[in-house]
Amino acid sequence: MPLLAVNGLRAYFHTRDAIYRAVDGVTFTVAKGETLGIVGESGSGKSVTCYSIMGLLPQPPGRIEGGSAIFDGIDLLRCPPNVARSLRGKRIAMIFQDPMTSLNPFLRISDQLIEPLIIHEKISKAAALRRGVEMLEAVGINDAARRIDRYPHEFSGGMCQRVMIAMALITRPELLIADEPTTALDVTVQAQILDLIRRLQRELGMAVIFITHDLGVVAGLCDRVLVMYAGRAVESAGVRAIFYQPRHPYTRALQRSIPSTQQKGAVLFTIPGLPPDLSALPAGCAFAPRCESATALCRGSDPQLAEIAPGQSSACLRVQAGEI
Amino acid sequence: MPEPILELKNLQTYFPVRRGLVFRRTAGIVKAVDGVSLAVRSGEVLGLVGESGCGKSTLARTILQLVPATAGSVVLEGRNLTAAGAAELRASRRTMQMVFQDPYGSLNPRLTVFATLAEPMLVHRLCTRAEVGGRVAKLMEMVGLAPRLARKYPHEFSGGQRQRIAVARALALQPRIIIADEPVSALDVSVQAQILNLLAELVRRMNLSLIFIAHDLSVVKHLSDRVAVMYLGKIVELGLAVDVIDRPRHPYTRALVSAIPTPDPDIERARLRIVLAGDPPSPLDPPAGCAFHPRCAFATAKCRAAVPPLERLADGREVACVRVEEI
Repeated sequence: MPLLAVNGLRAYFHTRDAIYRAVDGVTFTVAKGETLGIVGESGSGKSVTCYSIMGLLPQPPGRIEGGSAIFDGIDLLRCPPNVARSLRGKRIAMIFQDPMTSLNPFLRISDQLIEPLIIHEKISKAAALRRGVEMLEAVGINDAARRIDRYPHEFSGGMCQRVMIAMALITRPELLIADEPTTALDVTVQAQILDLIRRLQRELGMAVIFITHDLGVVAGLCDRVLVMYAGRAVESAGVRAIFYQPRHPYTRALQRSIPSTQQKGAVLFTIPGLPPDLSALPAGCAFAPRCESATALCRGSDPQLAEIAPGQSSACLRVQAGEI
Repeated sequence: MPEPILELKNLQTYFPVRRGLVFRRTAGIVKAVDGVSLAVRSGEVLGLVGESGCGKSTLARTILQLVPATAGSVVLEGRNLTAAGAAELRASRRTMQMVFQDPYGSLNPRLTVFATLAEPMLVHRLCTRAEVGGRVAKLMEMVGLAPRLARKYPHEFSGGQRQRIAVARALALQPRIIIADEPVSALDVSVQAQILNLLAELVRRMNLSLIFIAHDLSVVKHLSDRVAVMYLGKIVELGLAVDVIDRPRHPYTRALVSAIPTPDPDIERARLRIVLAGDPPSPLDPPAGCAFHPRCAFATAKCRAAVPPLERLADGREVACVRVEEI
């Protein structure tokens, strides 16, 4: 049984003018100890998917229209608020893109770091602080006992992200959701943080959902990958299959537009057109207007994610029909 | 070899750090750019890479004289800008233009595309009011925007389109050199590819020189002829892009190159990564000798003793490491 099973999740934003279908029927599972990468461009619904699972979707204007997210038998989308609260920050934790703005600048690191422990576990403040120092050491902050009393502005970006990770992992969660945690960091610091996540994941045996738009990071970190486009999952497969046998035109196009996969100085492949307006999605496949292989059928009928090889699913009608 | 269009000689930009509200005193000096010398030739793309805080952006701003240089000189087409008066500087600004990282913050939200592009041409009297419409349309076509969009405001465009407007604005004055400070970092990969193609095409077609600042080395390698690697205000390695990025010699460049994730799971998982410990040191209190030595695996007593000079190797590249031939 998977640790988390998301089924047909739909989350829309209702504004005065229109309804934006940010997430429109996303299904995936995460097994114990597994790393799932969710990739896609801005506006593809990666973050909204995870915010919905965590109950962080601003409602209104957001609204969860349907679907379920079953974590250990509990539907996170429908359970009573107190049940959700008992899971969040305890068995499911999340880290965010911008560590500098995700920490409260008015509170000492110590207060923020041990808050999940104080809330979720029957523990004295002194014992919680001891665990806090241990955790800071585990994420590679030297001189943790002294630094725990500092404020966030006294830390660099990489150090703040370490604090965020320490805070997320202090309750030993079974699932960590990481929303672009290294996008704002330098490559050298990114390498440190990815190493850290990998090591802690091994030690704690936790599952990770890693949201990113960097295919390089996905290649090194993830077991399985979900590719999203315009609020839908278009392809889902093991990491080697995604890179070596991509089975959706969008996944292929995305890979062809990365400079490091191309010859130096060559004209880079670009995907024609723009991502669609989420309030007025085209009929049929949302990628069809930009797709090299689209036919009249693609513009007419709605493709669903379907298994095309063991462990690999694609939402392309022509791939499903074996034509491309 | 063509004449350099831009030459930097031992350029330094220092910022005093002041403390105290009533009794202001200088508590230290940040050497943001600390003795940079390089030359950019006509039609050449020079990539500038390094971690945040290494002085890349300050270097760009000093070249454009947006911040004053503390010492050294910036020579643009034979004219020394650091010694130039206000009028001379204004004339030189036509020759060099900048494209910024954030296409959301660098365009005036209250100006239409037309006004954004027309203003510099009118200020510099490049054309009359009657001609300006035609020139704006030409500029927009050049960067791949339909001229009929000229009356729209920045918020009506996507990030990639806004970056095209920013490029068009930089081109409006027909500059010889453009400095682009992380022009694609805020964009998605597919849009990034469009802007990179645009820059490459403009450089080729107009014989522009480009200083391209980025932290993504694969992007830099793709576009640049030569690459300069900066660490704490100094250039530590400078050479042909293929040499520096495919066969880095300075220990810092090696670490930087090894930190870039490759979009290929088998290669990515098989390779050995040099993970640098810690953060870059504070520029307020740089380490003695080679600034990289506290994070360097090859550092010896010699590295701590003196700042290594940038020296030319047999293959033509320049490296600032005393142990480069041994390691």
